[in-house]
Amino acid sequence: MSVKTLTIDNQLISAREGETVLETARNANIGIPTLCHLEGLSTVGACRLCLVEVEGVSKLLPACVTVVQEGMMIQTHTERLQHYRRMIVELLLAEGNHVCAVCVSNGNCELQDLAVEMGIDHVDLTYQFPDRKVDISHARFGIDHNRCVLCTRCIRVCDEVEGAHTWDMAGRGHTAHVISDLNQPWGEASSCTSCGKCVNACPTGALFHRGSTVGEMQHEREQLSFIMTARQQQQWVR
Amino acid sequence: MVKIKLATVWLGGCSGCHMSFLDLDEWLFELASQVDLVYSPLADIKTYPAGVDVALVEGAIANQEHLDMIHQVRDRTQFLISFGDCAVTGNVTAIRNVFGPSKSAESVLNRAYLEADVQPKLPQGDLVPTLLDQVIPVHQVIPVDCYLPGCPPNAERIRAVLEPLLQGKQPELTGPELIRFG
Repeated sequence: MSVKTLTIDNQLISAREGETVLETARNANIGIPTLCHLEGLSTVGACRLCLVEVEGVSKLLPACVTVVQEGMMIQTHTERLQHYRRMIVELLLAEGNHVCAVCVSNGNCELQDLAVEMGIDHVDLTYQFPDRKVDISHARFGIDHNRCVLCTRCIRVCDEVEGAHTWDMAGRGHTAHVISDLNQPWGEASSCTSCGKCVNACPTGALFHRGSTVGEMQHEREQLSFIMTARQQQQWVR
Repeated sequence: MVKIKLATVWLGGCSGCHMSFLDLDEWLFELASQVDLVYSPLADIKTYPAGVDVALVEGAIANQEHLDMIHQVRDRTQFLISFGDCAVTGNVTAIRNVFGPSKSAESVLNRAYLEADVQPKLPQGDLVPTLLDQVIPVHQVIPVDCYLPGCPPNAERIRAVLEPLLQGKQPELTGPELIRFG
């Protein structure tokens, strides 16, 4: 396998051919914020938080889907990128109904962490207060669309890891939302195996264990990474 | 030494931020020796005075009284702090904003007093201030000088804002301990 040499934030770095800019940066301990990305799932480049500047390219490129090339000159934390990232997180906070104080994921939430990382102490945009639903028809889990950031991790983990494809996306623009089976209540979705992978993949409190209250919801990412790598690493028991 | 004139204001919130303020415990003695508390729900003062140096404003703007009050506070205060998540984001106070497709105060009152009550009756009289159609954060009405998020912001956060101000410095809040919502 050939090696590519590139520069990230003025650091000379070598990467394996075929690696993404995100993987290479993280291997070099250069943190790039992400939200829709989840290790082991396909990448969709949807949240745009990982946008980076590449010299000679006029567009900003998402690091999660951009493959490294020889001689690339990349900047990951310019003022412009920081400004855009802050704006993206502010847009997410203003678009849904994210009331951290009463959320099951308070203290265990990637959106909340991102807001801190971006230095967001208030949102200048007008909050939309959309009218969204909560579905607790499933025996073990619930989905609160108020807290959903449409990252599609639940859709991908269900399709790619569990192989059930219970989840999908419906609607466009501000009406876009996640649906189960043929837009049925989750409890009536016959394809759902109740495995809980979607709940563990969710970055916010949108998917949760029923019965959990404020701050109690912990997303068990280890369950996902174990399942995704167990065969390769021959770990038959967790 | 001229003491700093401090005010605390309670708008559309649960007073939890004020409880958290009291949680500053013995540091309150130090604070009391350096400030004059010129207006507060914790003190019996009826009108908001002029020439206030620092004001902590708890709660969102939810009714006409809050709206009138916040303009008065802004006019008479040099450094205004948005105190807690309700003031900063609307938070729990603003959850009512999603009720009813028309997003009006009327649909909220109908929901609370007619649909959900065992003795359906809308409150009468003018003792209770008129609700605004939408609950809004403080900075959507007037300019704010400093944001202190948290539900409530714990005593350390409040101190992290007040202490620099006592020394004539600008507070700078960063990191999960100081600005995390919730």
